[in-house]
Amino acid sequence: MNAPLPTRRDESWRYADLKALEPVWAKLTGPEQITVPAGETVSRQIAELPVIDGVGMIDLDVTIGDKATFILHVLAHNADYGRIQVRATLGNGSHFELGGAILGAGKQTLEIVTETIHAEPNATSNQVVRSVLADTATGSFLGRINVARHAQKTDAAQSVKSMLLDRGATANAKPELEIFADDVKCAHGATVGELDKQALFYMASRGIDPVTAKKLMLQAFIADAFVSVDDDAVRDAIEGKALEVLEGLS
Amino acid sequence: MTISTGVTYRLKNFELKRNQMLKIENLHATVGDTEILKGLSLEINAGEIHAIMGPNGAGKSTLAYALGGRPGYDVTAGSVTFTPLPLAGGAGGGQTSDEAPPLTPPASGRGTDLLALDPHERAAAGIFLGFQYPVEIPGVSNLQFLRESLNAQRLARGEEALSGAEFIKLAKEKAALLKMDMDMLKRAVNVGFSGGEKKRNEMVQMGILNPKLAILDETDSGLDIDALRTVGSGINAIMRKPDKAVLLITHYQRLLDEVKPDFVHVLAAGRIVKTGGPELALQLEEEGYEAIAEAA
Ligand SMILES: Nc1ncnc2c1ncn2[C@@H]1O[C@H](COP(=O)(O)OP(=O)(O)OP(=O)(O)O)[C@@H](O)[C@H]1O
Ligand SMILES: [Mg+2]
Repeated sequence: MNAPLPTRRDESWRYADLKALEPVWAKLTGPEQITVPAGETVSRQIAELPVIDGVGMIDLDVTIGDKATFILHVLAHNADYGRIQVRATLGNGSHFELGGAILGAGKQTLEIVTETIHAEPNATSNQVVRSVLADTATGSFLGRINVARHAQKTDAAQSVKSMLLDRGATANAKPELEIFADDVKCAHGATVGELDKQALFYMASRGIDPVTAKKLMLQAFIADAFVSVDDDAVRDAIEGKALEVLEGLS
Repeated sequence: MTISTGVTYRLKNFELKRNQMLKIENLHATVGDTEILKGLSLEINAGEIHAIMGPNGAGKSTLAYALGGRPGYDVTAGSVTFTPLPLAGGAGGGQTSDEAPPLTPPASGRGTDLLALDPHERAAAGIFLGFQYPVEIPGVSNLQFLRESLNAQRLARGEEALSGAEFIKLAKEKAALLKMDMDMLKRAVNVGFSGGEKKRNEMVQMGILNPKLAILDETDSGLDIDALRTVGSGINAIMRKPDKAVLLITHYQRLLDEVKPDFVHVLAAGRIVKTGGPELALQLEEEGYEAIAEAA
């Protein structure tokens, strides 16, 4: 990467593990450019990050044409420091869909950082991120939404929920809205919680052992991130991978 | 407090010596720092239905939770011995025990120390807890939940898991018994269910899991008049069996008109203070708890 190493002063890097990033920074390449032609649909699933020296980075710069759709599903798990960074620029009447799960344990720092640019009117975006964090892992979602002055009828939604399995785990959720148009819908919801103890006992009272009960609840929790996968086989594959990772979390 | 043991009953073609299923002795339990159960004793034989009534805050739900092993409900003294009759055959699970159950009385000393088991092991041993406030589990469907539950119990007992088709057949049968729409069973566990629907769902679960001992905590509260009848006849159909027993916690005579108890106990201030037959419930209805607790 030619650009200088980011600093924490840069809002979108405030939760990043810069110490881990520094030694590999030069080996990273710039963002991958993706263009979705007008009227078309492109889907991408990322179940593993490409990792160099413990750092996994995905950097996408997506231009979504008029009435086109870009659908991205990601799983952030396999890196000491993992970052999925997406910049999506939406054309007239287009749609950007993001479903992401952050599954962290140990000392992992994992983040999904999006910049959604509603540059033209009538476009919609929907981002659903679910994090499950064990031990002292940190999971963050930073979602910036820009709505240009003439981008009327924009509908941009974000739903971010985190589940902390241990006291030392940290979840950050940070929406950032810059809206210059007036006829705009921006729904944002963020929650942080723990496994529901009452539900765990309820399940136990029916004969389900604690490990299975936990698994069922976590599986249900992250499923929200993948409901938007059209293809059943693809959804099963990425959910299956997520489940495999979940089983490894303490 | 001891209740008739050793009575001989004539039953279909069997001569059955009543079998003690649950023996609670001097149970003390605390919630937080407060002692709620203060030396509660109770014995339940197979084939019996026991009602527990008592004022709000007496410790009825605490008893149910302590028997179920809920974390935070700490048993500080006393014992609970659970001695279910051996389970009828292996295959075709969730089967009712309509056919002749194996009525061999358990060898003495065969009882399980219930308090030593984890909650899920208590369920597999044959205990079912009907919750006063059934819990919602977002994102987990009733059918998935029940199939996991039933198969976990069956595997724990060394029985084979039910196939998807076998399970659906069983679920349909029990849902019909409780007049519950199958579509409800496809929804997430109790999420968005009305109070009455949750209670009815508890009974569908009981039907599918087919326990030996059901502890039903105010299953009647929140039910409309028709639902109360349905639930009452459901309890009779599922649990009125020579090898099963029910501990029915209730505030109302109306459920007891449907599910006729063999014994009625009054629980006040953490103990059983009075035991009688069905007439005791009527007397309570007339006179209230205070008079009876004082006379005891
Ligand atoms: N988590 C708790 N912390 C402190 N006290 C508790 C807790 N749970 C229950 N208690 C107390 O224990 C006592 C017994 O409660 P319990 O729920 O067993 O009563 P109950 O007989 O079931 O009453 P009801 O008829 O109202 O259902 C009550 O005084 C209640 O306030
Ligand atoms: Mg109660």
